[in-house]
Amino acid sequence: MSLTQPVSVPAAVTTKLSVEHVSMVFERDGKSTHVLNDINLEVGDGEFVCLLGPSGCGKSTLLNAMAGFLSPTTGEIKVSGEVVRKPDPRRIFVFQERGVFPWLTVEGNIGFGLSKLPRAEREQRIAHYVKMVGLEGFEKTYPQELSGGMKQRLEVARALAVNPDMLLLDEPFGALDSITRLIMRGELLRIWEAERKTIVFVTHDIDEAVQLADRVVVMSARPAIIQQIVNIDIAHPRDISSPRYLELRDGIFQQIGLAHKV
Amino acid sequence: MNSLSEPRKWERFFWPILASALLLALWYYSVRWTGTKVFPSPREVGKGMGELLRHHVLWRDIVDSLRRVAAGFGAAVVLGVPLGLTLGWYPAANQVVNPVMQILRPISPIAWIPVAIIFFGVGDRAAMFLIFLGAFFPIVVACVSGVSNVPSVFRRAGRNFGLTAPQLLAKVLLPAALPQILMGLRIALGIAWLVVVAAEMIAVDSGLGYLVIDSRNSGKRYDLVVAAILMIGVIGLVLDLAFRRLEKLRSVRWGFRFES
Repeated sequence: MSLTQPVSVPAAVTTKLSVEHVSMVFERDGKSTHVLNDINLEVGDGEFVCLLGPSGCGKSTLLNAMAGFLSPTTGEIKVSGEVVRKPDPRRIFVFQERGVFPWLTVEGNIGFGLSKLPRAEREQRIAHYVKMVGLEGFEKTYPQELSGGMKQRLEVARALAVNPDMLLLDEPFGALDSITRLIMRGELLRIWEAERKTIVFVTHDIDEAVQLADRVVVMSARPAIIQQIVNIDIAHPRDISSPRYLELRDGIFQQIGLAHKV
Repeated sequence: MNSLSEPRKWERFFWPILASALLLALWYYSVRWTGTKVFPSPREVGKGMGELLRHHVLWRDIVDSLRRVAAGFGAAVVLGVPLGLTLGWYPAANQVVNPVMQILRPISPIAWIPVAIIFFGVGDRAAMFLIFLGAFFPIVVACVSGVSNVPSVFRRAGRNFGLTAPQLLAKVLLPAALPQILMGLRIALGIAWLVVVAAEMIAVDSGLGYLVIDSRNSGKRYDLVVAAILMIGVIGLVLDLAFRRLEKLRSVRWGFRFES
């Protein structure tokens, strides 16, 4: 299947996010760089979508535009029918673990977006998410004393605590070692199944994409277009040695143009 | 002992004490062997220090010097920190002000002494003004670079959680820049302590700087001169150590590297 056209989500699911004819051109030192070229995409409510592509292809740029940190040169991004113009607590961007605030404790970080809540409710919310990401006993700890994986879970907890509709994750596990990364994928899926947030997850790791996503959006090198959208029709938990998993993964490898040999 | 090995507990005290003792011995024997009549021996300086303490002049001078530093440095903090934060926040404003600041910054506060005396006369306020000048620029510069070096992830995270501009400044930029600001304040305090001594030699008639110059002028009492100099060093050290304790506060600790 060759799918440069937007794939609509099944009719039963409402569209949460729609990217409509988005192009992005950066002007720097008199040179213009064409990063995104007419991107069209729809993401359903509660869906888990991975943006997959080679480094520097513009997938992070697209994610930043979805968050409202960048505005597209042409085209529009809409969330729940509303055009995205600036960042909003209803969609939280999760950076690699360096996004946690080092001057705040675990509690302080999770409570960062909750200053408007009454004290009791805030504390309850903090306790709930401390537990959800398994940081009990570390409430008063500062990030520099936490491991990379713990910092990443802290950042996810900080994002979830404000009860957003969407999480936008930019290679969140990229800086972690491979074992921690595997554990974190499982944790993220567990949290996603519990909270059913819409998730857009940027990665350049094909396995990661196929393990996590409902749909994998394969992007080309710059200027990026959507090469293909692959439905991952395997139920969670996924057996990563099953024939279907390998078939889907190898299909993406071929699509990206990599011979599957080292 | 190499640079990697952890010094043992007794070593941490033993070697510095040994070094100080050797320096004292060097001083003592240099005075004896050269037979100088002008430069005092350690023992004479000790006696001079005792004399200063007994006549209660030393305390008054110390208090006067500290008071001037507190006023000058305090004013530099009160004006310099908000200005530095503002300039860091608005890079365009910084571009306007920066050239003027870069010209004023390298001028030794000592060069301002004649100007200070015209404005404030000979007295406390002239000295405080000089201390203020010495401390003000390092504080502003540290705040500007502290704020402009805040990683963009922190700013973006703050905006993502819906903070307004003043909230972003108070809850993200200030705490993120605080380690660098504290470093600037510490440097400024050191400069303030250097400047107070110089200012007191010319613009006022009390304080440790005045004590140094007065001990020389009234009867060439070099034992008192050296005693006052040592006192200046000890108080400077105490001020610096006291300030460094701030760096160990938990909410700024992440911004500093500690050897021990």
